[in-house]
Formats: sequence, C-alpha cells, structure tokens
Amino acid sequence: MGTIWVYAEESGGKVASISLELLTRARELADTVEAVVGGDGEPVAAELGAHGATTIHATGDLDGGLAGPAVASAVAAAIEGGAAPDAILFGTTYDGRDVAGRLSVKLGAPVITNVVELEQADGSLVGIEPVFGGTVNVSTRFNGAGVGLFLVRPKSFAAEESGGGPAAVSALPVPDLGATGAARVVDRFAEESTGPKLDEAGVVVSGGRGLGEAEKYSLIEDLAKLLGGAAGASRAIVDAGWVPYSHQVGQTGKVVKPDVYVACGISGATQHMVGMKGSKNIIAINKDAEAPIFGIADLGVVGDVHKVIPKLIEALQARS
Amino acid sequence: MDIVVCVKQIPDPADPGELDPETNTLKRDMKLIMDESDSYGVEMALQLRDAAGEGEVTLVSMAPNEEVNGLRSALAMGADKAILVSDEALAGTDALGTARVLAAAIGRAQADLILAATESSDGYTGTVPEQVAELLGLPSVTFAKEIQAESGEVVVKRQTEAGYDEVRCPLPAVVSVTAGVVEPRYPSFKGIMAAKSKPMDQVGIGDLGISPDQVGWAGGGQEITDVSAAPEREAGEIITDEGDAHERIIALLEELRIV
Repeated sequence: MGTIWVYAEESGGKVASISLELLTRARELADTVEAVVGGDGEPVAAELGAHGATTIHATGDLDGGLAGPAVASAVAAAIEGGAAPDAILFGTTYDGRDVAGRLSVKLGAPVITNVVELEQADGSLVGIEPVFGGTVNVSTRFNGAGVGLFLVRPKSFAAEESGGGPAAVSALPVPDLGATGAARVVDRFAEESTGPKLDEAGVVVSGGRGLGEAEKYSLIEDLAKLLGGAAGASRAIVDAGWVPYSHQVGQTGKVVKPDVYVACGISGATQHMVGMKGSKNIIAINKDAEAPIFGIADLGVVGDVHKVIPKLIEALQARS
Repeated sequence: MDIVVCVKQIPDPADPGELDPETNTLKRDMKLIMDESDSYGVEMALQLRDAAGEGEVTLVSMAPNEEVNGLRSALAMGADKAILVSDEALAGTDALGTARVLAAAIGRAQADLILAATESSDGYTGTVPEQVAELLGLPSVTFAKEIQAESGEVVVKRQTEAGYDEVRCPLPAVVSVTAGVVEPRYPSFKGIMAAKSKPMDQVGIGDLGISPDQVGWAGGGQEITDVSAAPEREAGEIITDEGDAHERIIALLEELRIV
C-alpha cells in the first residue's frame, strides 16, 4: 500500500498514545506514513518522526476552534488539491470521531468504525470490528474510489519507535469554515487526576452496580490508588450519574487492556466485557456466583465487595 | 426554543439479535425500543424547552419498518411530535446514509438546536451527530456533559481526555450529549396516554428527495469481507469469600509483581 495518513492528537506537547499506536501499525502496512495535526507541527515533529511519520501536515493553531470542522476541511481541501493518501486512520477519541465524521461527509465516503485490527487484502485496507460483545469479528473494507477512513480503538496496537528522525512539517491550510467553525473553546478545565489515565494504566479497578450507592465508589478510587492504577466504571453507574462518563469502560466507553483488571460488583454485561476482555489478567469480585464476569476472570471471588475491598485496602495499606 | 432530538429505535439490548447470514447486517425484524442513550437527549430537550418557556421538541427517527414504539416512549416523556422516516430501502443503511436521512428530515422541522446521543447502543459508530452537522452546514459540540442555553447560543461543557472544555456555540447547532448529562424522567400515565394522540409524521425517503441508491447497504461503499468467531477467553480459578479472599487476591498481585 502506498500512503497512510494518521490523525495525530496531542495535549500539553505530548502526543496521545493512540496516535503513536496508529503510526506504528501504519508503517507496517504502508510505504509512506504521514501525520495530520490540528495545531502546530514543530513541537511534536520529533515524537511523530520517531514513530514513523516522515511528514506532518499541520494546520497551525486553531485559535479556540474545534478540531472536527477545521481538520476535516483542511484535509478535504488537500485531497481536492491532489494529495492522495490511500487511507486515513483516526483514534476513537473525542476529536478523532469529530474529524472522521465531518470528513466522511466532505468526501462522501463511509467511516469504518470500532476497528481493533487492520490488515491488507488485495491492495486495500481491511478493518476488523468485534460485534456481539466481542464474540464475532467482522472484517470490512471500503470499496469506493478515493480514501478509506478508519476509526481505530485505542490499545489495538502497541506503540514502538521506528528510530526515524524528526518529521518534516508541511502547512495544511484551513479553508474558511463559515458557520461550521463557529464553536469556540473559551476555557479548558483539567479534572483532578492523581493517577495514570484510564486507558494507559497498568492496573484498572472498576466498580459497578454491586457497590450499591454512589458514595461507595470511593472504595474503587482508594484501591486503584493503592495499586498505582486508574478507576473505571460500568455503564450502569455512569448512566445512574454516580461517576462521569470519562470513567466508563466498555463498548460505549473506553477500551482498556491493563496488566490487571479488577472488576468489583460488575456482573459482566457484554457491553462492559467488550471494553476489558483484552486485559492480561482479570480479577472479579461479585456476590452472584452466576455472574457472566466469572466466565472470563482469571481469579473470581464470589463475595461481597463491601467486605472484600475494605480488607484488601487495609492489607495493602499495611504493606506500604 | 425549538429543539429536534434524534432518536434511534433499537432491538432490546437484553436480546441483541443476530446477523443476517445473507447480508451480514443486523437483523431488525423484532420489536424495537428507544435506545436508552437517547433518553438523555430527550430529557435535556424537555428541560431546555421548559426553561425557555416556548418552543417545541420534535423527535426525528428512521426505521425500515414503520416502527414507532420507541418514539411513543419519548413522546410519553413529553416531546411534542415526531417525524419518522420509514422506508424498506433503509435496511442496512450505514452511519453516513443515516446522517443523510436524518439531516433531510431535520430540514422539515424548525430547529434552533439539534440534540443526539454521542453514540447508539447497538451500532456505536459515534459519527452520526457530526455527520448531520456537516450535512446541515452547522457548528457542533460533541460529548456534552452540561448544556446551558443563553440568548442565541449554547454554553457546553465538552468532555475531554484531561477534563472538560467550556465551548460557546451560536445557534442553530448540533450538540451530542453523554449519558448522565441529566436524569431522564419516567413517563407518567398521563404522558403515556397523551403520547397516543401526538402528531407522528411518517415520510418515505422519496418525500425527502433521497433516492434508494443513496441509502441501504448498497449505498454505503463498504464491503464485508469476512465474519468469524472471535477466540474465547477461558474462566480461571473461582473461590468463595470466607473472610480471607483478599489474601488470595494479594498473592496473585504479588505473583504478577503489581505489589
């Protein structure tokens, strides 16, 4: 395959791990790998170059505008102007989905979504998507003319450096966006987070309905902290308003693949299991011996989370 | 304030159905219900309408089979009317085709604000709200965890990796809301009864100026090349807590060098 573009995201001068994962996989699939950045290219040129991008197409500062319409319009204009990537890869992130959605309309091409593996077949790129709670894999390819768009789940690939030098930065002008560019970020707030990010943590401790009430979620946070991990949640307690959406693990939340996943009071709806069954080791604590989560747990504890977790916390505190 | 809410009617998640072996698309021949994800957008719309003191909440949905069950649920919550695009040609339509149909249907309603869930519970592509915005030439804010309407604009707290951004967006606009943004109300008995007589405008794709080759699976530009069973994960050791289960957990964490 000729050329793959990767939509690369950064925050605070650091490239998102999903973007490095995509670059790593892209360079195994294509002769040329280039990055698209909605912002300045120079600060990330070394890191993107070290992961295989030879060129960065950078829009420059978006001045508070959202990435979706700006990057999509800029990429569409570049393609109209003769740029011809065979495929563009996006991470399934807040901005990745916005850019891919806008761009799909501009190009009249579908987005192949929820991809967890990319393969090459007969000269075109095929995206593999798990369905029905990850029990069935569906392979899909774009069969139109032009550019194939793929939204790829984080943690689908391991990021590895290629040893490449800094990428060259090339300007990607943003055309006049009209009304579509009217939304403006007026302030940014960082939520207090002392531990690692949910989808990058080596240990994830998640809570579900079995906790009984919102206040008990502090048990999950305490245990996660003691293990140097991140706190996650099932959709049930996010929908119930106990914890923000950013904690949700599952098909409609984050996909995590930590070394250890501890599921507390989570029965294991397929919705949830899709988001964590790729974990290396799974520990489940649930009082219902029939809970589906035990079917995929390496260690299943049939017991009351309100008894087991406090003892676990106490024992871990005694060690530290 | 006139608000359109995109509502998807899906198979009951407790009974997720199966793929049609002929077409490799999801079978949709069972009774459909309102996607729970959409109840947040409906509730948000009702609250914004009531705070504004004027305007209507219009539901927009599409289905290949004239299904209205899920729309009735949202009308029972308090939405004023619904537009259902129902057409056999819609079977197998992908996200972009869905967005084309919804955008055309929204064009029939008066809308200051268009609300949608961030993603459906059965397809979860998460691209439709942004595609609708692009098709309508509107600005958008996705992943809203809070919305406030001010004169001629919305102020949205948009979820980010680090926390949230405060985004100001002039109306008309498309906003997608995350679950938990508001607490959806349960329909009252009165609401359920009233829903039966609320206006339900059923249109076909021809009424919207869309031809059958633009929708359906054939209109999508995607081809499924393989469907196969995923490798299964095996269950491991199961113990019953007798007051000492935490010791077994710690032993495993030690073995894995976590502690």
